[in-house]
Amino acid sequence: MGVPLIEARNVKKYFKTPAGILHAVDDVSFQIQPGETLGVVGESGCGKSTLGRTILRLLEATDGEVLYDGENILNYSKQDMKKVHRNMQMIFQDPFTSLNPRLSISSIIAEPIKVCGLLKSNREIQERVGELMDMCGLPNRYVNTYPHELDGGRRQRVGLARALAVDPKFIVCDEPVSALDVSIQAQILNLLMDLQDQKKLSYMFITHDLCVVRHISDKIMVMYMGTVVEYATKEEMFRYQAHPYTKALLSAIPIADLSHRNRERHVLSGEVANPINPAPGCRFAPRCPHACERCKEPQKLREIAPGHYVACVMC
Amino acid sequence: MGKELNSNSDNKTVLEIKDLHVQYNTDEAVVHALNGFSLELKRGEKLGLVGETGAGKTTMALSVLRLLPSKVGEVTRGSIVYDGIDILKASHKEMLNLRGHRISMIFQDPMTSLNPVITVGNQILEVLKLHFPEMSAKEMEHQVDEIMLMVGIPPARKHEYPHQFSGGMKQRIVIAMALVAEPELLLADEPTTALDVTIQAQILELMSRLKEKFNSAMILVTHDLGVVAEFCDTVAIVYAGEVVELGTVEDIYARKENHPYTTGLFQCIPDLTTTVDRLDPIPGFVADPTDLPEGCSFAPRCPHCTERCLKENPEMHMNGSHGIKCHLFDEKEGK
Repeated sequence: MGVPLIEARNVKKYFKTPAGILHAVDDVSFQIQPGETLGVVGESGCGKSTLGRTILRLLEATDGEVLYDGENILNYSKQDMKKVHRNMQMIFQDPFTSLNPRLSISSIIAEPIKVCGLLKSNREIQERVGELMDMCGLPNRYVNTYPHELDGGRRQRVGLARALAVDPKFIVCDEPVSALDVSIQAQILNLLMDLQDQKKLSYMFITHDLCVVRHISDKIMVMYMGTVVEYATKEEMFRYQAHPYTKALLSAIPIADLSHRNRERHVLSGEVANPINPAPGCRFAPRCPHACERCKEPQKLREIAPGHYVACVMC
Repeated sequence: MGKELNSNSDNKTVLEIKDLHVQYNTDEAVVHALNGFSLELKRGEKLGLVGETGAGKTTMALSVLRLLPSKVGEVTRGSIVYDGIDILKASHKEMLNLRGHRISMIFQDPMTSLNPVITVGNQILEVLKLHFPEMSAKEMEHQVDEIMLMVGIPPARKHEYPHQFSGGMKQRIVIAMALVAEPELLLADEPTTALDVTIQAQILELMSRLKEKFNSAMILVTHDLGVVAEFCDTVAIVYAGEVVELGTVEDIYARKENHPYTTGLFQCIPDLTTTVDRLDPIPGFVADPTDLPEGCSFAPRCPHCTERCLKENPEMHMNGSHGIKCHLFDEKEGK
């Protein structure tokens, strides 16, 4: 394999709070090849969105390296970053708050083009906006409408058109379909996958929905309280889940099929612990059915099968 | 605090909604939220009400409790009968006795359905004070402790305020409030949508256990076909304010005969057990309740749409316990 498009090495992001240091992302490493999708799964508060933002430098990492095409971008100047951002874009979770309510759809999509100075004349910009709207399945009559006139699915298409405006190579998709109805969710997922085929895009796809992740990803990373607990290719992950948290997460998903009704389930007790000043050992231990003394030691990701990494002493 | 039920037979219908039409009159437009909504619920039945945003699921639940926003929400036609009481004609006093006592509701968002300035213990206590004024203070405290234990929250925490609890725990408190009066009918409006999957599994298990204990009937409003498959006995699929398909979970999930909308819903959820390259979404967008199409409201998105579908609203065709509201099945019946 060649140079990965995006590589994270031991990325950490801590927040200082009055109560102590909040470990939002703790020592996360991964690689994304061109044209590949990395699915990041976890429950609310596990640091998946913070990780996505840190990779794009919307948040400054506390420690670690983020490599774009083999170069560490964390020490880039603002000017250099602007060039990198042309290749790295983001789609946000909530299509209701991520669009400026006072800008028309065409101005929203044109904004990144103007900011990056890609096209100069108004006519060219308008042509490009039309092209992008077409690509994202937005009828041309919406050019001069405002976000409040559109429903969730169409707004998410605007968010996608805006991300694609600068022709990026990599897009962080932060729960792009969570706020949408299932029938609309499928439309957006198909659109994302079609665009990936056409443009050889790479995605980092953040979600809490394992069904969606299975559908769209090549590799899957499961996070718990800021740490990676399991990392494998999609096939490997769904063939065999090693970490007790991954098992619990998977068995908690309701399946729309009666034959699974009475399957064995690992219902977790308790809730996610406080991420402020966490103890050094395994963070899942307080909820883990197999926890023992050895779980109090720091956990390292170990390769248990080719390309399948788990952070658990028991596996 | 047992309540006398009118009949002990298990198959008695407790709730019957017939041809209910509800509209919201706003300044801009008239929103037709429910358009001929009919439903029957038997004692002890767990019904899953499935539909997308704006299908009228919450409006149905609010109508049953007569909690539609006054002056805006209006019932234009139809009837709701709960255990012999005509809800739409009941007096204010009768409704007060029903709400929270015989019929309880769990709201979607636990973050906003609790009062932030009252301790959680007092919020549960309030239900008892309202509906059981004869109960002694000591007994009430005991009831509160018991229900908190049952939903898995240490009673010692009853003096704390909602902000001191996590989302999953707040939802447990809301459930405790809904169950403390041992209602006969529980309306749960997307009780787990705002929660993570592992917490959702805990809450659903808890509700299932409590429902067994009190043998109440329940309507679970959700958009998740998976939750229904694991949790409910019967299903009603709602589209544009109408029940388009109903039946037992076996009828619906056998996937032999379904309404085209139900088929579409099944096809657009990514599956954990099989791999498909592309999902098969339902084309178009959810029907606009301010401007509903003539004929079948699903017709503009339906792959089997005919001339007739555009003009005539289909009847519900019953086949045993399984009902489908679609013209496709008229022909089959004719043959």
